[in-house]
Amino acid sequence: MELGKHSALELADLIRRRQISVTEAVKDTLDQIDRQEKEIHAYLYIDKKNALARAKQVEKKIAAGDMKGPLAGVPVAVKDNICMKGGKTTCASKILENFVAPYNAHVIDRLEQAGMVILGKTNMDEFAMGSTTETSAYGVTRNPWNTGRVPGGSSGGSCAAVAAGEAFLALGSDTGGSIRQPSAFCGVTGLKPTYGTVSRYGLVAYASSLDQIGPIGKNTADCAAFLEVLSGHDEKDSTSVKREDLDFSSALGKEVRGMRIGVPKEFIGQGLQPAVRQAFMDAMKAFSGMGASVEFLSLKTVDYMIPAYYLIASAEASSNLERFDGVKYGRRAADCAGLHDMYRKTRTEGFGPEVKRRIMLGSFVLSSGYYEAYYLKALKTRALIRQDFDRAFADFDVLLAPAAPFTAPEIGSSLRDPLAMYLGDIHTVAANLCGLPALSLPCGRDESGLPIGLQIIGDCFQEKKILRAASAFEACRGAFSMAWEKEAD
Amino acid sequence: MKQYETVIGLEVHVELATRTKIFCGCSTAFGGEPNTHTCPVCAGLPGSLPVLNKKVVEFALAAGLAAHCEIHRLTKFDRKNYFYPDNPQNYQISQLYVPICHDGWLEIETGAGKKKIRIHEMHMEEDAGKLIHDEWEDCSLVDYNRSGVPLIEIVSEPDMRSAEEVIAYLEKLRYTLQYLGVSDCKLQEGSMRADVNLSVREAGSRELGTRTEMKNLNSFKAISRAIEGERRRQIELLEAEKPVQQETRRWDDNKEYSYAMRSKEDAKDYRYFPDPDLPPVEISEDWIRDIRSRQPELRDEKMPRYQAEYRLSAYEAGILTDSRHLAGLFEETAKACKSPKKAANWFLGEVLRLQKEDGLDPEQVCFLPEYLAALIQSLDDGKISAQNAKLVFEKVFRENIEPLAYIEEHGLKIVEDSGALEAAVREALAANPGPFSELKGGKEKVYGFFVGQVMQRMKGKANPAGVRQMLEKIVKES
Repeated sequence: MELGKHSALELADLIRRRQISVTEAVKDTLDQIDRQEKEIHAYLYIDKKNALARAKQVEKKIAAGDMKGPLAGVPVAVKDNICMKGGKTTCASKILENFVAPYNAHVIDRLEQAGMVILGKTNMDEFAMGSTTETSAYGVTRNPWNTGRVPGGSSGGSCAAVAAGEAFLALGSDTGGSIRQPSAFCGVTGLKPTYGTVSRYGLVAYASSLDQIGPIGKNTADCAAFLEVLSGHDEKDSTSVKREDLDFSSALGKEVRGMRIGVPKEFIGQGLQPAVRQAFMDAMKAFSGMGASVEFLSLKTVDYMIPAYYLIASAEASSNLERFDGVKYGRRAADCAGLHDMYRKTRTEGFGPEVKRRIMLGSFVLSSGYYEAYYLKALKTRALIRQDFDRAFADFDVLLAPAAPFTAPEIGSSLRDPLAMYLGDIHTVAANLCGLPALSLPCGRDESGLPIGLQIIGDCFQEKKILRAASAFEACRGAFSMAWEKEAD
Repeated sequence: MKQYETVIGLEVHVELATRTKIFCGCSTAFGGEPNTHTCPVCAGLPGSLPVLNKKVVEFALAAGLAAHCEIHRLTKFDRKNYFYPDNPQNYQISQLYVPICHDGWLEIETGAGKKKIRIHEMHMEEDAGKLIHDEWEDCSLVDYNRSGVPLIEIVSEPDMRSAEEVIAYLEKLRYTLQYLGVSDCKLQEGSMRADVNLSVREAGSRELGTRTEMKNLNSFKAISRAIEGERRRQIELLEAEKPVQQETRRWDDNKEYSYAMRSKEDAKDYRYFPDPDLPPVEISEDWIRDIRSRQPELRDEKMPRYQAEYRLSAYEAGILTDSRHLAGLFEETAKACKSPKKAANWFLGEVLRLQKEDGLDPEQVCFLPEYLAALIQSLDDGKISAQNAKLVFEKVFRENIEPLAYIEEHGLKIVEDSGALEAAVREALAANPGPFSELKGGKEKVYGFFVGQVMQRMKGKANPAGVRQMLEKIVKES
């Protein structure tokens, strides 16, 4: 693992300057996978043959001058809820154990056009429902910093892959924090873009009004460059937004003097692990030290964020997951007595307990007699939360918050109490409810060395402000090593 | 027995005549091999997303405006959730909360006069696939070619009181939508489907009785029979002092009886909610104005115009406007022709005869109107006999052959040469001495026989009036 010390942009630069070949880069990463994967299990599938073949193709195109993108040749991992033509897409669920998508998600086309090399599909919570990657039907992913800990979730496989040097970049999806929270737990940088910035076409839907694909990388610059590859209008996604300001990297390396930074005081109240609080306070100080104004503000709707999120997400999920019925693709239960028995058995066997819990909750809140009391009320609450943030962004450029109240929990400790697990999403769900962009980057470690994440939240379409603040913080913080480097230290 | 009144409302599903489906680019063409007109979207694959076909909105707007509806300026799509294999997502994208059109009306005319039937709403939705049960193999197969074909559902108020009114309303709807080019509205092929909501009440009562909904009505005749059957069934229940159950019933047109499918108690909870994949559709004033300006002349306007402009009877105007396509051909023929009345006669006679003979839909008739106009002119100018004109028209109708060249090439032009005509007349008279002597005896009727004989000898290339003149001349001389 020689190349792993480089960021994705640095690697691509070495490739462009012919210091190394794409094949070497891919082989080096595959070697690292061989060394680490037994312990980490970040990937569900690794396609070495395809990756090496693709590396050769990209190499030729770069040599011919046909591929000039800043990330050409970079090995990348893809979360297993993103469809890739010809390969399995399981969403870490038994119900899709044999599903092979006949088409590419829009983002897959994008990263192929950019000359990136896909290594495989990463583990996740089943249908992205979970905060630990433990609800996967195909085994847990272990946190590269401490293999007794979870990597977070639901994009736990993608974040663990980057942290373990098993990929330079990874695709995640974020419905309630699924990029930011595992990024925090794994000590990597992850960005959930403004809703509509990256096409959802080909992303297996969990909650359509909240889902957004985003980049996970070793630092802010890599994430910005990767987002430039992924973003842009797609006519196949009706919620895709036409934006002009997609030159995200232009926001990097600028100072934050004069920037107005707000800290919702409700986000640093009770329930915060002391080390997380300390790291967060240090980050606030760092921003003040760089000349930004840092002030507290109040978000009055904080108590309603988790209920509104779980009602809306579950309602949409209950409908989105209806198509998994054994009729057309995926798993079908054997020995069924007629259609309804087939539906029941297939779904009983195919879905795990967390998915079932959310389908039941969602079906309940949409039922006649409960729709107004729960679902409609949640929609109204969502609008009020949005107003709360509108007020905040009238006064502040970005908001700071922890990415999670605690560092990575031990494997096996979270699923026993789902409600407690849901409450752990308190810092992240609002960005999804309001469509806001938000980024998590490492800001320290706790007493046992586990990474702590700092979250920077912006108003819609203000990714550049987030990236500006994040890159300044990164410069002030200094290099944050990856998990595998820790062992080498 | 008490007097009862029947109260009927209709839910009509109409398949829109768009080239592509409502939420993807797949073809809506009928009759492809199973699952060939499908893609990730209309087959409900994971990760696929719907994108609204703008044409569907325009068709729904055109239909709504023609039916005097109000338009919701921000219309939304909702998901109707239910599990069935013909529905690949297990939810149908439809409109519940804010349908595109609402509160309109259509006017019908029956023996009792004119009446307005109010329209509650029109909404857009997607059709489902088709299930095929293979009894032999004991399995079911599903074809998603129809999945995602656009529909509008038109819901009337309970304003109809008889089968006659129902049929008049459906006819009105059908003509309107066909003229707009929005749908071909074929009941037999399922591009128009009507569910009948019916209740009875004592005459004079203001309260509505308990209604039933009847499905599986595949023709106007079946609809009439089903209404009569259901009316009778409900009255019998009331007479026996038994309650009518609110339920959905399936009409069996062979047995002329309906069967209960499901009662109100087992009515499904569809868990409707706004579809998060589809943003609300904004309908601007400009868009509405544009649709309105492109609206063609409808049949209700065309019929009186034909009567006034071409001096046709109401009956004739009715036949000529039955299909917008044929009416268009007729108007172009009439325009290219000195005598619109004659053009009308050709349409009422030959065009319809050949269409029927060839088993064509009106839309499949496609000869050039200028050719028929030229033929009518030739006939008027005495250049071709009526009999030959009909023969030539068959060529025009079936093969779109230029008639004047055809007449020349095949020597069908009336012979102006009086020598040839005289010879033919003399031949005919000589060959039929009996009738000839009758003619000489002054029996006028026999002229007809000889005109026929001469025409035969001339192979139709003579002008019947000229033949008669020549006959008279020679008879007088002899």
